[in-house]
Amino acid sequence: MSLTVVEASGLATIQDSGRKGWRRFGVPMSGPMDIFALQAANKLAGNPLECAAIEIGLGDVIFQALHDCVIAVTGVGYPLSIFAWDFPLWSSFFVRGGWQIHLNKADSGMCAYLAVSGGIQIPPMLDSCSTNLRGHFGGLDGRSLQAGDILRVVHHHSYHEFVPRTLCAEARPLYSDHPIVNVIMGPQTKNFTEESIETFLSNEYTVTTSSDRMGYRLDGPFLSLRNTTELVSEGMTMGSIQVPASGQPIVMMADCPTTGGYSKIGTVISADLPLLAQCVPSKSRIRFQKTTVAKAQKKYRELMNGIEKNIVQLEEDDAWY
Amino acid sequence: MKPRIVPLGDSALLVQLGDEIDITINRRVHALAALVNTTPIEGLIETVPAYGTLLIHYDPLVLAYSKASQWVRSKLEQIQDVKPAKPRLIEVPVKYGAEYGPDLPSVAEYHNLQIEDVIRIHSERTYTVYMMGFMPGFPYMGKLDDAIVTPRLDVPRTNVPEGTVAIAGSQTGIYPLTSPGGWRLIGHTSLILFDPHDDIPFLFSPGDEVKFVVEN
Repeated sequence: MSLTVVEASGLATIQDSGRKGWRRFGVPMSGPMDIFALQAANKLAGNPLECAAIEIGLGDVIFQALHDCVIAVTGVGYPLSIFAWDFPLWSSFFVRGGWQIHLNKADSGMCAYLAVSGGIQIPPMLDSCSTNLRGHFGGLDGRSLQAGDILRVVHHHSYHEFVPRTLCAEARPLYSDHPIVNVIMGPQTKNFTEESIETFLSNEYTVTTSSDRMGYRLDGPFLSLRNTTELVSEGMTMGSIQVPASGQPIVMMADCPTTGGYSKIGTVISADLPLLAQCVPSKSRIRFQKTTVAKAQKKYRELMNGIEKNIVQLEEDDAWY
Repeated sequence: MKPRIVPLGDSALLVQLGDEIDITINRRVHALAALVNTTPIEGLIETVPAYGTLLIHYDPLVLAYSKASQWVRSKLEQIQDVKPAKPRLIEVPVKYGAEYGPDLPSVAEYHNLQIEDVIRIHSERTYTVYMMGFMPGFPYMGKLDDAIVTPRLDVPRTNVPEGTVAIAGSQTGIYPLTSPGGWRLIGHTSLILFDPHDDIPFLFSPGDEVKFVVEN
C-alpha cells in the first residue's frame, strides 16, 4: 500500500519527532518545525505520536493514493482538497485508491503535516526517519520529495472501519499573524546592554525571507552586545535566539546545529515554537515576552497532553462524507 | 570558575564549568557527561559536551527543571570520584600542502616559518577532541602550539572539500562533509569521518586523542 508524489513544488520532507542521541557527534535533531501539528496528525491517523509523516512547506503538493487509506492533515496555511472536495485541516479522512490529495500554499501559515494511518515506512538512519537535508541522509535519501516518489505504508483500512475524527480548535496553539512568543532569557543575557534587552522585549519583529528550517532570521531593531567577541562554542537547542555581531537575532529552528558560538539572549519556549514556526516572512509580526521555566513547562504539558483529550469523532451529520 | 547550572529554554540545561579552551576544564566536562549518562534520570534525552560546558537535553513532559537541576547538582559533587578513562588514540594520515592545503603557504608566511616547520609543528602534538559540532562528525581539536595559532579567514570559503584538515585560532579540525568554512586549510585525509550507513557512523568521539601522521 502506498502514496505517490504527483507534484511537489516546495519543500516536502519526511519527519518524525526528531533524531535523538547523536547530538554529541554534531548531528542535528531535525524533526518537525511544528511538533504539535505533527503529533496531532499522527494521533488523528491512529498512529503513535512519534511516527514519520510528511512536512509540507513553501509550495504546493499533490499526492495520489494507490490503495484505500486513512490520512490526517494538520498545520496552517494549506487548504486541502481530496478528489473533488475541499476539507478543513486537523481532521482524518478516508481516501479511496486512485484519488488525489491536493495541498495548495495559501498566504497565511508555513507548513502542513500529512500522516498516513500505519505510518510511512522508511528505514531509520541514526535511529530516526527525519530528513537531514544538509547531511543528505534520513527520510527519502536525505532530500525533499519529488514527483514520482513512492511512499510505502503498512496498514490496511476499509471504509467500514473508518470513523472521521477532528481535533477541537480550542486545543490547538493560538496560531496568529501577530503571535506573542514567550522566551526564557539567557544564558548570555549579561552580554547585552540593558537597553537592547528592553528593545527586544518591547518591539515587533518579522521573519526575513532568508530563513529556513535551520533558523529564522528576525528583522526589527538591532540588539547591541557589550562585547562582540565570540564565545567558545557551546550546545544550543531549537528555539535558542543567537545574536551575532550584526545585532540581528536568529532563532534556531528544527535543523539547528548542535553547537554555536554567538551570545544567546534567550530561548523560545517549547509551547510557542509552533506559533513561531508558522510565521510568514515579512508578514507576521512577532512580540517576545519573558516567562519562567516552570510556567513554560506547564504550558507545554497542557498543550501536548491536550491532543489526546480533544480528539472527537464527528457526528454523522457533521461528517465530511 | 564556580560551576553554574542555568536553563537553556524549557527542555535543556547548561552546566557551565569554564569559558575557555582548557584541557583540565574539558576533562571535567567529559567526566560529568560520563556520570550523567551512566546513571541517568527518567526524562534525560542526551548530553552535548563542549569546551567548558555540558548541555543536557531532557523531556519537559517527563522531567521538571527544578528536579533536573537538583539531580545535576548532585552529579557535579561526584565528579572528583570519576576515574578518567584512558582515551582512544586515533592516527590520521594527512597529505599536507599543495592542492590538499591551499592555505599552508599563507599560514607559514603569517608566522615567518617555512612550510615544513608548520607541517612538523602541526603533526608533532597529540590533540584531544574537546567537542564535536558544526556538522555531523566534525571534531574540534586542540590545542595548537602557539607558534602556529592563526586567525580564521576574513572571508569564509563557500566550498571546503570533505576530508580537509584545517586550523582556526588554537583549534584544529577536519571537515567530514563538503561545506562552506572559514578555517585555514592545511591538508587532507582520506579517512571517512562520517558515514550514516556504517554500523559505526563516526570516526571520532568527544574525548578521543588524535595524532596526525605526515603522508607523502
